[in-house]
Amino acid sequence: MTETLAQLSNNAMYSATVVYALAMLSHMAEWAMARTLPAVVTTSRSRAALVSAGRTTAPPENGRNAGVNEPNRRTVVGSVAAAPAEVERSDRFGRIGLSLTVLALLLHAVGVVTRGIAAERVPWGSMYEFSITSTLAVSSAYLFLVRRYKIRWLGLLVTGFLVMVLGLAVIVLYRPVGPLVPALHSYWLAIHVSAAAIAGGALTVGALASVLYLVRSAMETRALATPDKPRTGFLWRTPTAADIDRLSYRVHAFAFPLWTFAVLAGAIWAEYAWGRYWGWDPKEVWAFITWVVYAAYLHARATAGWQGRAAAYVALFGYATFIFNFVGINLFGSGLHAYSGM
Amino acid sequence: MALRPSSDTRELDRDERDEASSGLDRPEGHVDARPYPAGSSSGGEVSALRPREFARWLWRQLTSMRTALILLFLLAVAAIPGSLIPQERVDPSAVFLWQQKHPKLTPSFERFGMFSVFSSVWFSAIYLLLMLSLLGCIIPRLRVYARAVKQRPPRAPRHLSRLPAYDTWATDESVPVVADRARHLLSAQRRRLEVFGAAEPGDEREPRELVLSAEKGYLREAGNLLFHVAVVVVLVGVAATGLFGFKGSAAVIAGQGFSNTLIQYDDFTPGTRFDVSDLAPFSFTVDDFDVRWEREGAGRGTPVNFAAHLTVTDEPGATSYDYNLRVNHPLEVGGASVYLVGHGYAPRVTVRDGEGKVAFSGPAVFLPQDASFVSFGVIKVPGDTSTQLGFEGYFFPTAALCKGQPCSTFPDADNPVLSLIAYQGDLGLDDGQPQSVYVLDKSRMQPFKTPGGNPRALLLAEGETVKLGHGAGSITFDGYDRWVKLQINKAPGKVVPLVGVLAAIVGLLGSLFVRPRRTWVRIRRDTGRTVVEVAALDRVSGGDPAAHVAEVGEALRPAMTAGPGEHTRQEESP
Ligand code: HEM
Repeated sequence: MTETLAQLSNNAMYSATVVYALAMLSHMAEWAMARTLPAVVTTSRSRAALVSAGRTTAPPENGRNAGVNEPNRRTVVGSVAAAPAEVERSDRFGRIGLSLTVLALLLHAVGVVTRGIAAERVPWGSMYEFSITSTLAVSSAYLFLVRRYKIRWLGLLVTGFLVMVLGLAVIVLYRPVGPLVPALHSYWLAIHVSAAAIAGGALTVGALASVLYLVRSAMETRALATPDKPRTGFLWRTPTAADIDRLSYRVHAFAFPLWTFAVLAGAIWAEYAWGRYWGWDPKEVWAFITWVVYAAYLHARATAGWQGRAAAYVALFGYATFIFNFVGINLFGSGLHAYSGM
Repeated sequence: MALRPSSDTRELDRDERDEASSGLDRPEGHVDARPYPAGSSSGGEVSALRPREFARWLWRQLTSMRTALILLFLLAVAAIPGSLIPQERVDPSAVFLWQQKHPKLTPSFERFGMFSVFSSVWFSAIYLLLMLSLLGCIIPRLRVYARAVKQRPPRAPRHLSRLPAYDTWATDESVPVVADRARHLLSAQRRRLEVFGAAEPGDEREPRELVLSAEKGYLREAGNLLFHVAVVVVLVGVAATGLFGFKGSAAVIAGQGFSNTLIQYDDFTPGTRFDVSDLAPFSFTVDDFDVRWEREGAGRGTPVNFAAHLTVTDEPGATSYDYNLRVNHPLEVGGASVYLVGHGYAPRVTVRDGEGKVAFSGPAVFLPQDASFVSFGVIKVPGDTSTQLGFEGYFFPTAALCKGQPCSTFPDADNPVLSLIAYQGDLGLDDGQPQSVYVLDKSRMQPFKTPGGNPRALLLAEGETVKLGHGAGSITFDGYDRWVKLQINKAPGKVVPLVGVLAAIVGLLGSLFVRPRRTWVRIRRDTGRTVVEVAALDRVSGGDPAAHVAEVGEALRPAMTAGPGEHTRQEESP
């Protein structure tokens, strides 16, 4: 029974990876077909004012007053309206990509759940298991946000990320179902690690949105300098930099309390398991660093002169520390958190 | 009519952007901070500052957003070496090995506290500056907030139509009728409400214009302040719990006992406010220790379970009870907590002197070196000063040869072998200096040598005896016991950081998810009809004020004229 389930889990994970890859290809086609399509332009008072004033800096993308001065109405600029058929062609590949992602998510979920049943415990006892679980959080977060905020424009980055990580997981990190080391025999494992995985999923989406924000915002800045250059391609058809930034902020604002909770739950568990809340074990050090950097991100957004691009770089730096904690410390580090099974 | 007259004389005429940020003070450098009045020293003045001004300038810099941001970064960067370089408090033996490997770097690293980053001067400096900045930041904001909470919602800006969410329509209902409906609606939504422009008392004429100002979301700033205060509580709490408690550890061999007195500890760190005579008089014996490793498959050699069976006595004379001590299941006794933090092997040996008399017999705790439980240890056999014996070497639980070197292929004791080098001379026990039981001071000892002149390695399987030669006697490897490493802590008040943590999370949620919003409804007579305007302003992003305005508009329109307002501005949510 256990063997069959474990095998089922492996097959589901392979299939999920392949279907994510197909989704990625489909999104690539969506981008490619949008190469010649014109921009979807957002008009807003503040933006118009900025353009007329000839400012070349990015508009103020501060979370708190973005809602104040950016009523955005999206209209396609009439003079360069695209042929509907071409728009539809690109769009269709986007929809296919999204459907494939949904299918992959289902397979992915089956893979994670059967792994847990096979092991008779939560499926995050080794680095392989943590990878498949946290990527499940990534794609769930993405699909939730697609429903809520229509962020299909993030599809290529998200599926690309998932293919990369799951590929590495099934090829490099894979370990057969095994027992938990005694240090993990605790219900805190379920609390602490699931919070970390969900926070990680949201941070990943936030980081990908930040990347796209930086690209889009650079494009917008350049376009102000060269107003005559045609604005075509997929990236001109995404929401504006300000909108992407707002989404990125929302995702981070969701992830940060969860990450805080994950770290603190870890500290409480450590008190319970090892008799101290905090011992500056390498894993703890990097969890702390990640937390401080994201706290800095939230402060940066509220600090004059640090919003927008600078804040996005801070968020990406925070994400880098998160990844380093997961990859670097698990593989090369020592310490009490030696659960990677590597 | 229920509308109260209002004598509020605040300006009607303030710019909308100002309105957006009015009400709460922000640290300098915050996007919503008000600029300092002209003449303040924060301007580009070059003239010499008087000491008091300079101190004020310095304080303002320290408590500014920019400084908080930079200090947070510095803290993150400063923590990095603490994870890359072994730390004294985390793993002293790793520090030792690192220092052996890098003799050149060690002195300067030591000078900069690289082996104890988190208690180094520079780390503490950043941390204390951040605390100071934090306190300097929240204390004034607490005061301002206390005032702001009592304030009434402000008057409406003159041009409501310029606000991001706006709706207007005309109706034939009278001004007070619409106003009453608006008041009910907005108070039902639990918004703080203020009505401007009501008639003077005794004036029976209908008012020509009424403006309702409503505000909601005061808890955001409260959450933010709670969070920042809680950060201080957590940090102070963690520091303070150490003061009144202690932390110690002891290795206890299975079959032996432990009683809670100072001499039974291998190491003991009391808090500065802890009195050693307060040690609770509990005791326990470690009856036995179970450990099991995975024997099959990919996880071979990983531990599956371990547990120590204790018989505990709370105080002398009390009835004893059993406790199954495992990781994640600490024993709470006498106000302290006992944790199982490690285990290992204690080979049992018998050492006989030249005449065959037993000079030493019993287990000696060996320290595991890696996951295969190859363990290092020493055995000291005191006797006449000149002929004391010392042994130093390794215990291999499942001995084998790996690439010509002895090694252990499994952590369980399937084939235990002891490999020792014997020394004779003066152990140095009588110097009066305390000695570690895990280190052999060989400065006044000579190894037993092979005929070739090299130190002679003694290899012993279980039950074997080897003669040392030169009539010095023999050593027998009788078997092995297991020992457990117990950590015993007492941290009174450890709930303080816990409460702080909960408060921090609650505050954080409030601070990130409560969205302060101001709503205005202006109702006035204009050319024979009643014109109603609704507008809303969010003070943070992420909300949907347009939806709110649409909802208010729908509820306020009289049923028969209900329909989409001609001027409704709809926002598309991102
Ligand atoms: C240990 C140090 C600190 C930590 C861990 C910390 C953490 C945080 C976090 C997580 C937030 C996000 C909540 C939100 O966005 O509303 C925040 C917001 C904020 N912090 Fe701090 N903070 C620290 C120090 C400071 C200091 C020294 C100041 C004063 C300059 C400060 C001023 C603020 C302000 C004004 C906000 C609200 C930003 C906004 O308007 O959204 N913080 N802080």
